[in-house]
Amino acid sequence: MHAHADAADTAPNWPDDIFATLQRFDVRQVPYVPDAGHSKLIQRVLDSSTMRGIPLTTEEEGVALLAGAWAGGQRGVLLMQSSGVGNCINMLSLIPILRFPFLTLVTMRGEWGEFNPWQVPMGSTTQGVFELSGVQVLRASHAAEVPAVLEAAASQAYNALTPTAVLLSQRLIGAKVFTK
Amino acid sequence: MSKANLLDRRQVVSTLLANRKDVVAIGGLGASTNDMCAAGDHARNFYLWGGMGGAAMIGLGLALAQPKLPVLVITGDGEMLMGLGSLATIGLQKPANLSIAVLDNEAYGETGGQTSHTSAAADLVGVAKACGIKDSQSITTMAEVEAFAKAVHDVSAGPRFANMKIDSASLERILPTRDGTYILNRIRGDLGFQPI
Repeated sequence: MHAHADAADTAPNWPDDIFATLQRFDVRQVPYVPDAGHSKLIQRVLDSSTMRGIPLTTEEEGVALLAGAWAGGQRGVLLMQSSGVGNCINMLSLIPILRFPFLTLVTMRGEWGEFNPWQVPMGSTTQGVFELSGVQVLRASHAAEVPAVLEAAASQAYNALTPTAVLLSQRLIGAKVFTK
Repeated sequence: MSKANLLDRRQVVSTLLANRKDVVAIGGLGASTNDMCAAGDHARNFYLWGGMGGAAMIGLGLALAQPKLPVLVITGDGEMLMGLGSLATIGLQKPANLSIAVLDNEAYGETGGQTSHTSAAADLVGVAKACGIKDSQSITTMAEVEAFAKAVHDVSAGPRFANMKIDSASLERILPTRDGTYILNRIRGDLGFQPI
């Protein structure tokens, strides 16, 4: 379960805002590795008649999948968690080489009240890994800024072929808590 | 080591692509991409020079985007072993127009011929079947290669997977273009998509 750190974010409809933006940009393939922070968006995608949700066994599959989708004329978006970014590193090399539109939405762990130390190393290096790999990073920390950040990210990824990652911060999602 | 009873990789790939019509072919990182080029450069050839383990997933993304188009991934045992999870992802999506042909010489030919897991332990056909790709077979004769090449055009009966035991002889490299953007945009252009 997730506990929400900010009272203003307790009724999260930002996943709906993300879904609406993706729909407007005609995104068709949505590869994902299951993740609690993305669960509402994943459900919207799976219920959609225009988008195809594609569960992966590891995040790097999604990078290659999006290259193939673009070769075939479709846009996609990769949904993952910060720990999954580490699984993608070599496959991210396809992006500058093939120059296909790359957008990924990353739910963050390892920050803002994280209780699990094992999440911290990858969460702390997520932004650096993207930047070293040539992917621009935008961040959303509050529900109110999600629509504008998504609009900017989708626009530069799909219209300007600028590889972009949106980090959905743990402050937005709520630090994960485990109760006995 | 070259064994007489195994298939010739170039002959296999030229047979797979001989009457390709509208097939889009993706070659895995390594010799399979060279084999595709040796069979004749083509606007619908997707050559990989990197991104090892990604060939089958590129095939899946393309196959889902273009469900009426036959999509054929031609890759090696080492490249396929690096992306085994993608067989599970493909088994779940069941793209009827996707075919995967693995050229299995049980070795990493590009790096000096070190033996691969398929030489002693890993059964790729077994993996593909267990991942839900029902039409998975081991191929050891050219007649079977010809039948598979024909089946690739049936875009309503896939996904299909074939592991083809090939000779591990090292062949002269026939190198395609290394310009990835050109390769991808040439395919898009041939499919009728304009540049952005």
